[in-house]
Amino acid sequence: MQQMFSPRHLFTTIPLAMLGFALPGAGFADELNLPVGVTDISRDIYDLHMLILWVCVAIGVIVFGAMAISIVAHRRSRGYKAKQFHDNLTLEIVWTIIPFIVLVALAAPSTVVLLRMYDTGGEDLTIEVRGYQWKWQYKYLDDDRNETVSFFSSLATPRDEISNQSVKGQYYLLEVDKPLVIPTDRKVRFLVTAEDVIHAWWVPDFGIKRDAVPGHLNDMWTIVEEPGVYRGQCTELCGKDHGFMPIVVNAVPPDEFNTWYGEQLELADARKAALSKTFSEEELMVEGERVYNAFCVSCHLPTGAGIPPIYPSLIGTSVVTGPRDEHLKLVIDGVPGTSMQSFANQLDAAQLAAVVHYERHAWGNNAGDVTQPRDVIALSE
Amino acid sequence: MSAIIHEHDDHHHGPAAGITRWLFTTNHKDIGTLYLWLSLIMFFVGGVMALLVRTELFQPGLQFMSPDFFNQMTTNHGLIMIFGAVMPAFVGLANWMVPMMIGAPDMALPRLNNLSFWILPFAFMMMISTLFMEAGGPNFGWTFYAPLSTTYAPDTVTFFVFAVHMMGASSIMGAINIIVTILNMRAPGMTLMRMPLFIWTWLITAYLLLAVMPVLAGAVTMVLFDVHFGTSFFNAGGGGDPVMFQHIFWFFGHPEVYILILPAFGIISQIIPTFARKPLFGYQSMVYAVASIAILSFIVWAHHMFTVGMPIAGQLFFMYTTMLIAVPTGVKVFNWIATMWRGSMTFETPMLFSIAFVVLFTIGGFSGLMLAITPADFQYHDTYFVVAHFHYVLVPGAVFAIIAGVYYWLPKWCGHMYDETLGKLHFWLSFIGVNITFFPQHFSGLAGMPRRIPDYALQFADFNMLSSIGSYIFGFSQLLFLFIVVKAIRGGIAAGERTWDGAHGLEWTLPSPPPYHSFTHPPRVTEAEAHS
Repeated sequence: MQQMFSPRHLFTTIPLAMLGFALPGAGFADELNLPVGVTDISRDIYDLHMLILWVCVAIGVIVFGAMAISIVAHRRSRGYKAKQFHDNLTLEIVWTIIPFIVLVALAAPSTVVLLRMYDTGGEDLTIEVRGYQWKWQYKYLDDDRNETVSFFSSLATPRDEISNQSVKGQYYLLEVDKPLVIPTDRKVRFLVTAEDVIHAWWVPDFGIKRDAVPGHLNDMWTIVEEPGVYRGQCTELCGKDHGFMPIVVNAVPPDEFNTWYGEQLELADARKAALSKTFSEEELMVEGERVYNAFCVSCHLPTGAGIPPIYPSLIGTSVVTGPRDEHLKLVIDGVPGTSMQSFANQLDAAQLAAVVHYERHAWGNNAGDVTQPRDVIALSE
Repeated sequence: MSAIIHEHDDHHHGPAAGITRWLFTTNHKDIGTLYLWLSLIMFFVGGVMALLVRTELFQPGLQFMSPDFFNQMTTNHGLIMIFGAVMPAFVGLANWMVPMMIGAPDMALPRLNNLSFWILPFAFMMMISTLFMEAGGPNFGWTFYAPLSTTYAPDTVTFFVFAVHMMGASSIMGAINIIVTILNMRAPGMTLMRMPLFIWTWLITAYLLLAVMPVLAGAVTMVLFDVHFGTSFFNAGGGGDPVMFQHIFWFFGHPEVYILILPAFGIISQIIPTFARKPLFGYQSMVYAVASIAILSFIVWAHHMFTVGMPIAGQLFFMYTTMLIAVPTGVKVFNWIATMWRGSMTFETPMLFSIAFVVLFTIGGFSGLMLAITPADFQYHDTYFVVAHFHYVLVPGAVFAIIAGVYYWLPKWCGHMYDETLGKLHFWLSFIGVNITFFPQHFSGLAGMPRRIPDYALQFADFNMLSSIGSYIFGFSQLLFLFIVVKAIRGGIAAGERTWDGAHGLEWTLPSPPPYHSFTHPPRVTEAEAHS
């Protein structure tokens, strides 16, 4: 219950809300204003934001000030007699031209910043960001745009925190199972796209946001100077779990990044080796549960009960009791026209074998068969 | 002999009895009343949805509804408030006021008028019925971006598509009627540049409706074809483009947001001169400003899409054109203040709502200007900052203007004054409620809270709770509005012809309530009586 509302905040926020924009310059910056961020671009954006905010405040003071004077002074209850003027060409020209000049003065620095944001060349590292319902995939690309390391990153907040059965942690809804890792002081270029519907990838501290659109490859870049953990969220409505696909980026010094990257390459090799292995049923259940919780759980739920009719139950249904190969095909190809995605490009043969085995033997299901990676490979050949 | 003629007259000039009066009516006042009641009902339906959304967002965690139902609520709230509450309210006001303000007996096309209203209840019943179907209602946001609204949509999307078609047909018919009426039925002496601002803004709005409603119909038709007939207009896998959907949608959508605000400008431009007892300042520049806003609205649509990955030339073009809108909008605000300046003001309920409109709409305009700055928009886009922005221009903007208009003309319509004390109470509750609801959303947006999420990180908790409390104050105080309106209809102090001593315009030369056919003999319009 640590998210309980404290009366103290009520007393500060109400007057602040009523007072308006004028306050964010003060000591409340963390809570009330745009974060300054950790990149040149985010600082430029912050400066633009503050510039236009103060311009608006200044205009507001003049406009609302004139209104307030009029409301106080020019009222009938004070016996004020109405003048009958209704035109003043000079005045009207002045208050058309002055706003125009102010706008030009705002447009100029905005254009400069925008041009810098679009300067995507000369990158040190390219990462493809791919949005899925409801997780992110990160692919590290080499100079020829070939994939070297690839992994999925999905929400790590336990479900009982979301359903209010346990205390919410500090990074509630802003934590993932495997964060993106990037080196500091290097120009990282992101190629952003999506597999199913439109998502948007945003890290406020970097000052970058781009829609992930199926069939499009958008690009953007960042140079992060300070090592740290930076958090963001999907910012385009992408269906049921739009609020539950956060972004976490771990910016580490280049040396540390290289060590991490080396480990990921080894992990990729190990995963390749797993394709030819034979696993015990216990190993399949453990790995299967892990895969299920990362890829299947948001629709079919931890209990396997799903949310019929849109997300079918997996308990005792024809799919989990019927022929094993049909079950595998369903997971590999998906069901076109429904929410059931194709997992052919998301899971390798070892993961597919484990998750199908798990689904056929969890929650009281007992198909009594064993699924190995070679079964999956045989099926796809 | 004369008695017989009198009876004959009554037969033709009074309303029919019972329900048929409302079903078959071709009278502009009856149809106006139907539109206004439909709008109020939809305002409450959409309002309940908003309160459900705010209740779920009262605290972090999922308490009351599934994320999918949450999405259905936000989607239907948006659709109902735009197409069901604000637009029919403006059409209702136009039906009541256009013939009375231009000196005509009725609308030019009365049967079309009946049809354009009676389509609407069925369209909304069809759309809302999907909420009770197994697959659930539309859940892809009122903007229904493909492919979420095509490949990944619930099966009920078909009902949504046809409901939108019907709403569009109704709007087009209403727009044609208003244009034809204004251009052909004006009394002698009512030249274009003598028309009241409310008539001007509606004339321009009607042209916007004619221009963009077919575009919306095209968009939903393409959605329908992608869902049912295997086309790939918006499916990248089949050679289509999801971004094209957004271009088409916002080519409709941006003029649409001015459709939602221009008649409001008109209402405010009637009310402020009345209670300032002073002619509207800069009548001509007001007309030109509205026309410029309408024209600019066709070349700014992609500012809703700064993050889709447009080329830099496109980004710059849409940033500059969007900023340009601030100029005519600024002119309007300055003119309203110049109208108040050195007037002899009183502060009856319509004036209070109008003053609040000018202040709060301007705040919405400021955040709009901030959103126009493309680099900064990358930080604001699709956050609660945007939610705060458009609610500021639509709730204390469009909705306050409609409420102001109702208080202003209600005595004319029913012949009785409303309860001024209760009206002021309604104003203050609404004003406080609306600010507590929407002002904190600027802060949660800047702090990084995305829109359209059913659950949120802990740092957004305080602002959300505050916002929910404000929404209850605002929402429940609208029941007071219903009470005040019903009370005035049932009786009260006689309103008199010229209810407000500072009011100008032909509607104030008619008795209250006005005769069934407003002006059976065209009045002669003088400069002084033409517009406020």
